[in-house]
Amino acid sequence: MSKKSFRQAINEALAQEMERDPRVVIMGEDIAGGLGAPGEDDAWGGVLGVTKGLMGKFGRERVLDTPITESGFIGAAAGAALRGLRPVAELMFVDFMGVCFDQIFNQAAKFRYMFGGKATTPLVIRTMFGAGFRAASQHSQCLYPIFTHIPGLKVVIPSSPYEAKGLLIQAIRDDDPVVFFEHKVMYDVEEEVPDEPYAIPFGEARFVREGDDVTIVAFGRMVSLASQAAEALAKEGVSCSVIDPRTTSPLDLPTILESVRETGRLVLVDEASPRCNLATDISAQVAEQAFDALKAPIRMVSPPHTPVPFAPALEDEFVPNAEKIAAAVRSTMRAPSKQAAE
Amino acid sequence: MAAILPLTMPKFGLAMTEGMVAAWQKQPGESIRQGEEIADIETSKITSAYESPVSGKLRRQVLEAGVMAPVGALIGVVADDDVPEADVDAFVADFQSRFAASQAEAGAAAAGPERVQTAQGTAQFLVAGPAEAPVILFIHGFGGDLNNWMFLQPALAETFRTIALDLPGHGGSTKQVPAPDAAGLAGFVLATMDALGISAAHLVGHSMGGAVALAMAAASGERVLSLSLISPAGLGPEINRGYIEGFIEARRGKHLTPLLQSLFADPTLVGQDMVETVLRYKRLDGVEAALRAIAAAQFPEGRQATSLRAVLAEPRTPAQVIWGRRDAIIPAAHAENLPAHVRVTLFDEAGHMAQMERPADTAERIASLAGGGI
Repeated sequence: MSKKSFRQAINEALAQEMERDPRVVIMGEDIAGGLGAPGEDDAWGGVLGVTKGLMGKFGRERVLDTPITESGFIGAAAGAALRGLRPVAELMFVDFMGVCFDQIFNQAAKFRYMFGGKATTPLVIRTMFGAGFRAASQHSQCLYPIFTHIPGLKVVIPSSPYEAKGLLIQAIRDDDPVVFFEHKVMYDVEEEVPDEPYAIPFGEARFVREGDDVTIVAFGRMVSLASQAAEALAKEGVSCSVIDPRTTSPLDLPTILESVRETGRLVLVDEASPRCNLATDISAQVAEQAFDALKAPIRMVSPPHTPVPFAPALEDEFVPNAEKIAAAVRSTMRAPSKQAAE
Repeated sequence: MAAILPLTMPKFGLAMTEGMVAAWQKQPGESIRQGEEIADIETSKITSAYESPVSGKLRRQVLEAGVMAPVGALIGVVADDDVPEADVDAFVADFQSRFAASQAEAGAAAAGPERVQTAQGTAQFLVAGPAEAPVILFIHGFGGDLNNWMFLQPALAETFRTIALDLPGHGGSTKQVPAPDAAGLAGFVLATMDALGISAAHLVGHSMGGAVALAMAAASGERVLSLSLISPAGLGPEINRGYIEGFIEARRGKHLTPLLQSLFADPTLVGQDMVETVLRYKRLDGVEAALRAIAAAQFPEGRQATSLRAVLAEPRTPAQVIWGRRDAIIPAAHAENLPAHVRVTLFDEAGHMAQMERPADTAERIASLAGGGI
């Protein structure tokens, strides 16, 4: 056990699974680096250094630099998965998935169903997402709701280094295509992570903290912000549960419903665009199945419906933060009459 | 106001953790403007010009060219002409000591359990106390780990060399358990003693670890100086089957919490952190298989497979049994009808975890049997 960053935790998960299973290969743009160029091999390890060192350990046979052609290498990874490898493809920024979406949603996601259950597609697509990195609107989106919408895909959003390692190992061992979302602002976040391999099952939400008054459900980087808000609210006498669903598909709705039945109040924190995101999805399902338990309207904390701004001041204003989450929680604690007047 | 401003190792991109000054572009005494290139910074990834974040006069180049330094380290100092040299030196000294302290703090957190290769695989252990003192060896129970002793190990470490061990299949030790019965686990503990150069030790065994300690006494009595057994297995047939099976099966906090609460007389001792720690342990590769193998060998069909009562009949090794009357896992009645030389302590307000619910009293009794006060 030692402190590891989000980046190190992901690197270690890849290394340990490649060690354990020779069928695991990784591929993507510059994940080794320097192919065909003079100079040092393995200088890059991907655009933010996550796969650094793996080429040295496992060689170019299993650490494949690809052309800048997402449709080509994501398709190749899906095909390789179908034929028995367990590829982990890095789709640099999820914003680029537009160029390879046919390979993902119309091919990989469908194989198991269209080949009569006789085919498995143990494919993992790792991809970066999220705002706060000063990378402008084409490199900052949170597109996990789009993948969550597609039956046949599993969608994972780790919220910490410990979670990242265990969920990525589970993703690699899973026989279905998994899209694994890494928030690019979290790579240097550190915490204690076991040295040994471990897997965290999909579809089991994590209680980050337990409280009596309000249920907060948050994803990815928003989980730690929700915890900060809960911490501040505890000092005001408001006790919050914070739930990290870990995976949006499958979604652990029973745990969310159970918590809402205890607290009667729900705040959803989702960094994705506010229309048709996970907040609206869970809100609808809770309203349908536990309306009678609600003491106050459900609140959603999401960015405005606009591309992520490049101006730093605007980007900071755009992303949900602990203050906005706390304000939403407080609004659920007011008397119903005041809420109606708002 | 005459301000002194630090220039620190910049962070170029998220991957950078350290860098070096490839070349200084400005010499001490030269004026620099904000945004002006003052040095070339080289990282494992890239070399890039460092633009000064401030304006003023460069008074010191603290980091020589070619020396690696972590992000945030002091590389230079900017201050106006009217700041005395002595103040600049004091600023550098103060910055360096505070930075070193913050780096050390980040590193010191790593101090903790150690690992040793034994003839039977990796063993993790936590050692505390004087190196030359007699050894107390702690052996935890089914599903436990070396942290089960956290409340009494520090007190005993004042007098004894204390070693808390992780059994195979547990904590940070190997998850391979080729011999999952009490005698097999005893062999692992003896192999760990060999690897650590310990010829004999006072044994403190909890629950299944008590049966392991008894098995060690049976196999290698000369290496056992005394036996302190807390709610031990091995002294009777009953054991809480629901606990053993539930512990193996539980994958979620809501299933595990009531099981852990049943270990204690006071269930409020079980916090969310304890539950999360156990869940994390159970997720490690190999743990579930190890626990199933151990349970099948020692507690088949919810009964204890082996009685080690006969080991206590031998009065040569000082022995005692400590039990919480409210033990819901192994009944305290197993402390009855033991040979007269075996000391028996029953705590009214304790369950299965006397070492956590009554740590001071338990430590006092262990020290007393092992021949030392605390």
